[in-house]
Amino acid sequence: MVVGLFIPCYVDQFYPDVGIATLELLEHFNVDVVFPEAQTCCGQPMANAGCTDDAGPLAHRFVQIFKSYDYIVAPSGSCVAMVRHHYDSYLGTHPDFLSLKSKTYELCEFMVDVLKVDALDLSFPYRVGLHESCHGLRELRMGQSSEIVGPTFSKSRQLLELIGGLEITALKRPDECCGFGGTFAVNEEAISCMMGLDRLADHEQAGTQVLTATDMSCLMHLSGLIKRQKKPVHVMHIAQILAGRIPSE
Amino acid sequence: MNQTPQPHAVKSQAFVENSDKAHWHDEALWFIREKRDKQVHGIPEWERLRETASQIKGHTLSKLDTYLIAFEEKATALGAHVHWAKDGREHNQIVYDILRKHQVQRVVKSKSMLTEECHLNPFLEKHGIEVVDTDLGERIVQLRQETPSHIVLPAIHIKKEEVGALFHEHLGTEIGATDPKYLTEAARHHLREKFMDADAGITGVNFAIAETGGIVVCTNEGNADLGVSLPKLHIACMGLEKLIPHVKDLSVFTRLLARSATGQPITTYTSHFHGPRDGGELHIVLLDNGRTALRQNETYSEALNCIRCGACMNTCPVYRRSGGHSYSATVPGPIGSVLNPMQDAATYQSLPFACSLCGSCTDVCPVKIPLHHQLLTLRNHIRLKGHLAWSKKIAMALTARVLGRPLLFRFFGAIARRGMSVWPGLLNNRFNTWGKQRDLPEPPAASFASWYKKNRKDKKV
Repeated sequence: MVVGLFIPCYVDQFYPDVGIATLELLEHFNVDVVFPEAQTCCGQPMANAGCTDDAGPLAHRFVQIFKSYDYIVAPSGSCVAMVRHHYDSYLGTHPDFLSLKSKTYELCEFMVDVLKVDALDLSFPYRVGLHESCHGLRELRMGQSSEIVGPTFSKSRQLLELIGGLEITALKRPDECCGFGGTFAVNEEAISCMMGLDRLADHEQAGTQVLTATDMSCLMHLSGLIKRQKKPVHVMHIAQILAGRIPSE
Repeated sequence: MNQTPQPHAVKSQAFVENSDKAHWHDEALWFIREKRDKQVHGIPEWERLRETASQIKGHTLSKLDTYLIAFEEKATALGAHVHWAKDGREHNQIVYDILRKHQVQRVVKSKSMLTEECHLNPFLEKHGIEVVDTDLGERIVQLRQETPSHIVLPAIHIKKEEVGALFHEHLGTEIGATDPKYLTEAARHHLREKFMDADAGITGVNFAIAETGGIVVCTNEGNADLGVSLPKLHIACMGLEKLIPHVKDLSVFTRLLARSATGQPITTYTSHFHGPRDGGELHIVLLDNGRTALRQNETYSEALNCIRCGACMNTCPVYRRSGGHSYSATVPGPIGSVLNPMQDAATYQSLPFACSLCGSCTDVCPVKIPLHHQLLTLRNHIRLKGHLAWSKKIAMALTARVLGRPLLFRFFGAIARRGMSVWPGLLNNRFNTWGKQRDLPEPPAASFASWYKKNRKDKKV
C-alpha cells in the first residue's frame, strides 16, 4: 500500500511540522508514504471566492498528480472535502477522479477506517480542547454534528481517547464554527473574529490547556487571536499530538 | 430594481461594535437552538421525518401545476375565491381591490412574511387603509417603523427595555416598565381594540392542501384566529410553494415546523380553514414572484422546500452575531442568502459571502435544503453575473497561476516567509484585514517540501 501524502499549501509553507508529524505518524504504522513534490493546492481558496474558473485547472492537476496512489491522505478535513464533495463540477465522471475520490482520506479518518488504529502508546497529560472543524464534521461526517439525531461519534475524539493522561474538555457549544471560513475570515473580519473569540471563551471556561483540531486553518485563525491577546492556550494540530509532540512555548 | 444596500460585512461590523448587544443577540438565538435540540433529540425518527418532508416537497414541486389546479378546484368548491398573482405588485393590487370592494378601512393582519415580501403594508397605507400587525413581535417592529429581523421572531433584536419605552410612547404604559408580562398585557388590550374594530383579517398560510382545498395557519398567539373570527372578510396570502398534496402529509410538517422553529412540540394554534365561515368571505391569493423561475433551476430549486421555520437563522453563527437587518432583505439568514440573490443578484450580491460555510444550516434544516452548498455555488453565480470585485478576481487568478506551477509556488512561498520573518510588523497591523485582531503565523525557515527533500532523499515519486 502506497499513500500519497497531500499537504495543504498553507501547511507546507507555514506549518511544516504538521506535515512532518503526519508523515511520521503514518510511517509509525508502517505505511509507505510518498510526498509528490509537484503538488501545490487543491483549489479551494478560488472556489470559496466564487472563482471556479481558476479552481478547475488546479482540480485537474490534483487528480493527475495523485491518481496512481492506493490512498491519498491529508491532515485536513477541509481540503479533503474539497476533493470529495466539490470536484464533481470540474471533473464530473472522469474515471480517474471517481476512483481518486473514494480513496482520499483525512488523516484521523484514515487511521480509524483504514488502519483500524485501536491503541496508541502515548501519554499527553493535558486538558485538550477538541475543536470539531466544520468540514471534517459536516462534509466528511467524521463525527455526528449536534444538529443531527442519531448515535454520537467522533473519529478524532476516538483517537485522542486512546492517549494516556489526556482529558478532553467539555464545551458549552460542542461544534460551533470558529469563524475562519476561508475568504470569509477577511471578507467578514468583524464576525469572523467575534466567532473565534467566542470559541476561545468557551475553551477557557472549559479549562482547555491545548487546543487542537483536524484543520490547521481553523487553528491558524484561533492562534492568531490567542497570540494577539496573549492567552495562555497552546495550539497543536491533532497530527502533532498523535505523533507524540509536546506543547511548545 | 432596488438601490444596492450596504454590503452585509459593513452592517455586520456595525452590529458587532456593540459587543454586549451582539453577544446578547447570539445567546438569545442559541437558547432557541438548544430548545430545538432538546425537542428533536427526543424524536428517534427525526431524520426520517426530514427525509420524508424533503421528498414530499420535491414531489409536489415536480407536479406543481397539477396540484395547484386541484387546490384551486377544491378551494373554490368550498366557497373560497382563489386569485393568482405573478408578482408583488399584482398581489397588492388584488388585495386592495378586494378590500375596496368591501369598503374596508381597518385591517388586522397576522404574521405573513409573504406580505412583507410584497411590501403590502405601505401599499395599503398609501391607499388610506389602516393595517395593524397583530403578532406581538410584528406589532413591536411596526410601531418602531422597522421591518422584522427574523421570520419567526420578528423583534428578536429588540430588548425588553426598548419595548417598554416604545409602549410607553404608543400605548401609554408606565415609564420605565420592563416586565414582559405587564407589557404583553398592555399589548393584548391594545390589540383587542384593533380586533374589535377591524373590517377584514389578512393571514399568511403555512400549508395549503391540494386534496381538500383547505389552508392551515400556525401561530402561538391565536391572533390569526381572532383576526378572521370577528371580521367577515378573510384574505389569506400564500406563496405557491406552500402547497402539499394530501392531508396525511400535513402531519409530517406540523411535527417538524414548531420543533425546528422554537423548540415547541407544536404551535399553540394550528388552525384549519376549509372555505369561508358562515356568512363570511374567504379569498386566497397565490403568489409566484419568482418561485416558478426558481423551480426551473436545478441547482437551487430545493430552496422552495422551505417552510419558513427560521431554524437556519437560529443556528447560523453569522446571523446570530450580525442580526437580521444586516442582510437588508425580508428573509435574512442562510435561506435568505439563497432566495434573495437568486431573485436579484445585484442588490443581494454580498449575501452568499456572509457565510463561513460551516454547514450547520444544512444539518438543522427540517426539509433538507443543502443551504451551505447552495451558498458556495451562488458565489460563482454572483461572479458570472458580473458582481465580483475586479480586485478579488485578479487576486484569485494570479494565485491560481502561481499554484499551477510548483516551482513558482515554492519560490513565492519562500520569499513571503522570509519577508514575514524579517519584518513581521508589515502584516500584523490594522492595514492588513487579517492582522487587525489576529497575528499571522510565525514563518518557519523551511517549508515541508524542502524538509522532505532533505530528510526523505531515498523516496521516489
